[in-house]
Amino acid sequence: MQSIAAVLAEHPFMKGLTPRQLEVVAACGEKVHFKPGQFLCRDEEEVLRFYLVYQGRVAVEIFSHRRGAVTIRTLVEGEELGWLWFDKPYHWHLDARAVELTRTVALDVNCLRQACEADHDLGYEILKRYGHSLAVRFRILKLQLVDMYGG
Amino acid sequence: MTGQGHASAVVPVGEPMLPRIFRVVKRVRETADTFTFNLVPADGGQELAFQPGQFNMLTAFGAGEVPISISGDPARPETLVHTIRAVGSVTKVLCRAAKGDQIGVRGPYGTPWPVEQAKEQDVVIITGGLGLAPLRPAIYHVLGHRADYGNFELIYGARTPADIIFWRELERWRGRFDTRVHLTVDSAASDWRTNVGVVTHLIPRARFDPENTTALVCGPGVMMRFTVQELRNRGLPLERIFVSLERNMKCGLGLCGHCQLGPVFVCKDGPVFPYSRVRDWFEKREI
Repeated sequence: MQSIAAVLAEHPFMKGLTPRQLEVVAACGEKVHFKPGQFLCRDEEEVLRFYLVYQGRVAVEIFSHRRGAVTIRTLVEGEELGWLWFDKPYHWHLDARAVELTRTVALDVNCLRQACEADHDLGYEILKRYGHSLAVRFRILKLQLVDMYGG
Repeated sequence: MTGQGHASAVVPVGEPMLPRIFRVVKRVRETADTFTFNLVPADGGQELAFQPGQFNMLTAFGAGEVPISISGDPARPETLVHTIRAVGSVTKVLCRAAKGDQIGVRGPYGTPWPVEQAKEQDVVIITGGLGLAPLRPAIYHVLGHRADYGNFELIYGARTPADIIFWRELERWRGRFDTRVHLTVDSAASDWRTNVGVVTHLIPRARFDPENTTALVCGPGVMMRFTVQELRNRGLPLERIFVSLERNMKCGLGLCGHCQLGPVFVCKDGPVFPYSRVRDWFEKREI
């Protein structure tokens, strides 16, 4: 079985970290699997974990009383869930549900924040990846807002 | 016809503005506003051979004439297939046509997808919305000559699951071992089990060798622009990214100038272009 550090080393979000940095991050993580239909997080819950998906598919949903649960995005292998873990008040504002058997490394966000504070080189590396992830997310969001296929 | 995606189409001779009469033999509802029609010559005359990517000018008698891409199999020209969305006054009348009704047809016109040039290469088809219709003949061609091509990836995006056209065929293509089909919608209910997100987000997942790949792209302008950017990020040169453009066409022969886009007429020099040829004019706001 692959160690957490080995899984992290292959995940695009963590790729390129030094072996020492990977060990520090891995110490904050555990492997967590989700069966189809199981929730990774629920709206308004406190953000305790930052998930790196390495197998499966996750539907990110927003609940509306009129339309029910609406899937706004899906995550697959190589993607991450939990972009609010760096920012107060650390609460989810969406639901995320496994669509198929999903394997993740779940990182304890308090542990990860402390590790980033203790080692600013690591913190900078994580923030760079976080920034890239946000930029990609915003690019996608803008295209969704344009409603490309409309009219 | 030259068979080259970047050359001008040869204009048919004879009575180029006179439509032939075709009869509707089948009408299939694809979505709430989109229909596929199978047509045969009303006089039982010669079938209409065409190449993937070409279009016809279709006449709804008493309403007008519009350019519509051919969406059928080029290896089966005995039936002419068009997929039409009811968005304007003419297409709304065309979409009401029933079995036995008559439709005027002029064509086929325009340059084809470069399916011959793409042989021995990986082929990536990226399309959104109704853009799958003009690409379906190219898909038929690649699948009909599968051994001639490398990896074949089809990426298709729609607004919602209800807006997806050619459902059954997508499922069939998805079930093939030699073809990868990536399907995505912008949003969906929670029972949707595949991708949700914009079509460009799937491009990094496609398996192709940028050194040896031809990409065929068709969809709304904004989708094509961002798709080209993503393909460039994957290392694909603009000369091997082909797009199909839409302009206001009238004659279909390169005579009237309605569809002029900078130095080209879309009806005659296109509608399929290598992106490198039209990049300066593509989505230009002033024209």
